[in-house]
Amino acid sequence: MSHGAAPPRRERVTGPRRTAGRSRRMSVPSEIDARTPLGEVYMQSLVRSQLRLAVGVVLLLACTLGALPLLFWAFPALTRLHVLGIPLPWFLLGFAAYPFLLVVGRFYVRRAERNERAFTDLVDPQ
Amino acid sequence: MIPIAGVVAVIVVTAATLAIGAFGLRVSRTTSDFYVASRSVGPVANASAIGGEYLSAASFLGVAGLILARGADSLWYPVGWTAGYLILLVFVAAPLRRSGAYTLPDFAHLRVESLPTRRAASVLVVLIGVLYLIPQFQGAGLTLRALTGAPSWVGAVVVAVVVLLNVVAGGMRSITLVQAFQYWLKLVALLLPISFFLVVWDGQGSPGTGRLRVTDWVEPLTGPHALYLTYSLILATFLGTMGLPHVVVRFYTNRDGRAARRTTVAVLGLLSCFYLLPPLYGVLGRVYAFDLVRDGRTDSVVLELPSRVIGGPLGDFFTALLGAGAFAAFLSTSSGLVVSVAGVVSQDLLSHLFDGVAAFRMAATLAATATLGLTLASSGLAVAHAVELAFAVAASTFCPLLLLGIWWRGLTAPGALAGLVAGGGLSSAAVTATMFGVSAHGWFGAVLTQPALVTVPLSFTVMVAGSLLTRAYLPRHLSQTMVRLHAPEHLSLDRGSYHPEKTTVRRRKRPSSAV
Repeated sequence: MSHGAAPPRRERVTGPRRTAGRSRRMSVPSEIDARTPLGEVYMQSLVRSQLRLAVGVVLLLACTLGALPLLFWAFPALTRLHVLGIPLPWFLLGFAAYPFLLVVGRFYVRRAERNERAFTDLVDPQ
Repeated sequence: MIPIAGVVAVIVVTAATLAIGAFGLRVSRTTSDFYVASRSVGPVANASAIGGEYLSAASFLGVAGLILARGADSLWYPVGWTAGYLILLVFVAAPLRRSGAYTLPDFAHLRVESLPTRRAASVLVVLIGVLYLIPQFQGAGLTLRALTGAPSWVGAVVVAVVVLLNVVAGGMRSITLVQAFQYWLKLVALLLPISFFLVVWDGQGSPGTGRLRVTDWVEPLTGPHALYLTYSLILATFLGTMGLPHVVVRFYTNRDGRAARRTTVAVLGLLSCFYLLPPLYGVLGRVYAFDLVRDGRTDSVVLELPSRVIGGPLGDFFTALLGAGAFAAFLSTSSGLVVSVAGVVSQDLLSHLFDGVAAFRMAATLAATATLGLTLASSGLAVAHAVELAFAVAASTFCPLLLLGIWWRGLTAPGALAGLVAGGGLSSAAVTATMFGVSAHGWFGAVLTQPALVTVPLSFTVMVAGSLLTRAYLPRHLSQTMVRLHAPEHLSLDRGSYHPEKTTVRRRKRPSSAV
């Protein structure tokens, strides 16, 4: 990747550095726009946090709803259990699955928006 | 049964659909209106419209029919169609909205920056759209026959004509209003009768429970290859939703990525309410309309129940109400599909011949008439299964394109194209064979009827391997595209200059009023 494409950096030549930790010379948005390594790291952190969350939700789904056919296949006795007078598979798939999906969806939206807020705070602290 | 009630119901729904469409006509004048209603749609109306568009003949009639015929294993259809929205929510909703793409080919074009891949996506949109439209038209024929005794082709023709009038006249804006209305109509049309039926059944001392205790109906996984078929169905429905053309085009009507997520959760809620009902019709059908299984007419169980359970004027009223709901289902899903297929065809195939609106109208007419012909030629598969086959093709093509395109920087144009061709070719071959009556035995037969468990992993593998082998073809604006897909809109970042209306195959001539 060429750094030649980046806009010329503004260098302050007079005056002592006021705070020890302040070495950043470009704002985060311009780091991202210029595709500097630091900018790419910022973007990757957002994408990774969102991907981790999404994969987590899918794993949860796979281990619960997705595992049901295997469970019913491996332990047929389960399918003869009754909940509220309804056979267990019918209770789980005909009713319980829906509120479960809705709760997982709401949880996801809250976490995804939190990830975005964290990214926003990082990029644009105002 | 008195046909009058049924005829009146169909006429009322049709007239209401056209009236709301005409109301919307006054506000839809520009090309953008036709595609995406210019994003002036509120979140509740939008969620209802998505629900109304998504709940098709398969949901309204087909699920109950399959549950009546096959029992517990069919419960996965509605669960999968709901869970598909959850997968769509977590992987696709916000990035797809942020991409600014109107259609799936737009998305492909934005992400891999290649015209051949865009064209392959366009062909697949048409294929999936038509596969999905066939059972809608077929369901309409079946409903009109149950209500009035008219031959099946009449209903198919009626739906095709009404949808065309509506789409050609008003485009997406009117469709949004129509569909929001139709979600609620469908919910009430199922809810009201089933409440009465359950009370009546209980009052009669719950007769017929013997038929509900038959082992290979009440217990899951009893048929041959049941585990494979169930997981294949799960994969197709969970992953196919995100690749349906009429679902994707809806996301553009959200204000931003955050709104897209919230709308999707609202849709999850609306679908969850609705899908509690069809299985109850299937169960009561087992008690009151068991002969439909013998006659192979299980798809009409929802329409037959009122006359079997109650009869008399109240039964006729419920039959009419259910017929109205069913017609709302065909009209809304078919409209959404025709709009999205026509959008893609006009943009990618006809835009150099006609101006925007004329191309769109021409494409809509083509899509509807071609489907009508295919419907009359198809072999009359169970409606819910036919719809699920369209999901299988979507899951084998657009699902890998969207997931890899959004979350993996490594996807290249040749890789994407190879995956679309491999997954799309194999799955649509299997699906077409099944839909037009080819059947096989043993494992091969099982794979033909539910191809997703084979074709989805295959398509992912081809896309990843193809991309790794062609790393030189990484798109030039990849970094900006990733920023565009993932960064919240309020941050001022460089998202590239892509705009779907400016980067079509050839610049479209648009009416001067378009902004």
